[in-house]
Amino acid sequence: MTAALSISNLQKTYENGFQALKGISFEVQPGDFFALLGPNGAGKSTTIGVICSLVRKTGGSVSIFGIDIDRDFAAAKQMLGVVPQEFNFSQFEKVFDIVATQGGFYGMPRKLAEERTEKYLKQLGLWDKRAVQARMLSGGMKRRLMIARALIHEPKLLILDEPTAGVDIELRRSMWTFLEEINRQGTTIILTTHYLEEAESLCRNIAIIDKGDIIENTSIRSLLKTLNREVFILDVRDALQSCPDLGRFDGRLVDENSLEVTVEKGQSLNDLFTRLGEQGVAVVSMRNRANRLEELFVSLLADAKKEGDK
Amino acid sequence: MSPSTLWIAFSTIFRREVRRFTRIWPQTLVPPVITMSLYFVIFGSLIGRRIGEMGGFSYMEFVVPGLIMMAVITNSYSNVASSFYSAKFQRNIEELLVAPIPNWVIMAGYVLGGVARGLIVGFVVTIIALLFTALEVQHLALTIAIVFLAAVLFSLAGFINAIFANSFDDISIIPTFVLTPLTYLGGVFYSIELLSPFWQGLSKLNPVLYMVNAFRYGVLGVSDINVAWAFVGVLVFIALLSGWGLHLMSHGKRLRH
Repeated sequence: MTAALSISNLQKTYENGFQALKGISFEVQPGDFFALLGPNGAGKSTTIGVICSLVRKTGGSVSIFGIDIDRDFAAAKQMLGVVPQEFNFSQFEKVFDIVATQGGFYGMPRKLAEERTEKYLKQLGLWDKRAVQARMLSGGMKRRLMIARALIHEPKLLILDEPTAGVDIELRRSMWTFLEEINRQGTTIILTTHYLEEAESLCRNIAIIDKGDIIENTSIRSLLKTLNREVFILDVRDALQSCPDLGRFDGRLVDENSLEVTVEKGQSLNDLFTRLGEQGVAVVSMRNRANRLEELFVSLLADAKKEGDK
Repeated sequence: MSPSTLWIAFSTIFRREVRRFTRIWPQTLVPPVITMSLYFVIFGSLIGRRIGEMGGFSYMEFVVPGLIMMAVITNSYSNVASSFYSAKFQRNIEELLVAPIPNWVIMAGYVLGGVARGLIVGFVVTIIALLFTALEVQHLALTIAIVFLAAVLFSLAGFINAIFANSFDDISIIPTFVLTPLTYLGGVFYSIELLSPFWQGLSKLNPVLYMVNAFRYGVLGVSDINVAWAFVGVLVFIALLSGWGLHLMSHGKRLRH
């Protein structure tokens, strides 16, 4: 099957000599919901910039649904929609005009562009704001405006560079639902985000980039399987004076109503609950101390740093 | 892209440009009309009466074609320079760069937007001029052709200025230090026959002189220079600036990283 996005040995060295991409390679399959993660300055936005032609690569190749961008960038661009990290629309244009005009840039007849604009502004909750100048929108609305604009030509591949940055929880969740829906309808999505909870909940596959190199490229499920330990916070019903005997589990009392317990790979949570139950400790709720993907992300970056130091 | 989709993309850029300068008409259309009206009153009517004839016409009749051309030139230039630089500044130029539009269509859309503003301002200034003097156009096709080509040329110059500009100050440097002196010394207010041979020779190096005189020839039927040279010069400069603009676009000069 032809990959939705195929990147091979992609390199970017800026004029000042800074090597932003050191020959990265990865593929995204059609229909995937793919996370491209990495710390600030890792090369995520540079990679996206190359894919959408805002950054000139210095080596390697990029194909979108089998079309090499060096051979037919126009055809490749027709399949691509991009939601950038920074707001990049005219602040003085009206919301409707920004989206419909983008349709014109893709060669869409005005009537079709207007119909699609109405469709996506309604789906993204911006229809009431259609006659408002973009500068009057809230941050979350501006992000949704950029999503509507990126979808106007109904691309097969949608790339979102931190689409939920600065967006409140309720709105973020409604954006997740929307993105899941268009992914279900067949649009391949690549997402960069700093909210690892977002990547874990939405994405099936992942590439982690650090200092211009891919340090991990696998499915989220396989990645999570490599997690050797998880730290849970247990909320207990009755106040505790000291940490109960946890046997082979490491743990500590956080406060009189909560315990922090480390569960190593191979250990069973049933054993933990049995032991606590024997001591009359009733657990009313539990949660991960940190997002699982976040723990892996931090550990992978730490490993990469150690390798680099060597 | 097929010819029909290219046309849609081009007309979308053009329409957006027209929408932009008509939305802010108090900043784009009114000031040049007020300025030119003041020129008509002060130079044409008040001072012009004392100057008497120039080139066989009343001073008012003589300056009107030059002032119309000056309005067209400055407005074509500043429209593209400010619009394209604003698009760079607000980063909405990326809307065009990520779309499958060839560079020449982007440039053509902006340039024709500048031409539209130049011609609209020129038309309004002509209407105002008719309040002061009668204009009997001698060569209509030539008049329209030279004003259109001049608008194209200065729109292209504004486009290149905007590509190089790194700040809003940078888009006012060329109009202030180059365009205004060339226009004022380009025979708008006087015939170069009044100058000594040395200054006449120097004036003939000024491209604006050719456009002003070609336009004056179209309207009044008189010119200080050979009108054919004006057309040749304008067409050569249009070709050179178009090539330069496309070269800058294809290398992503100050547009792509």
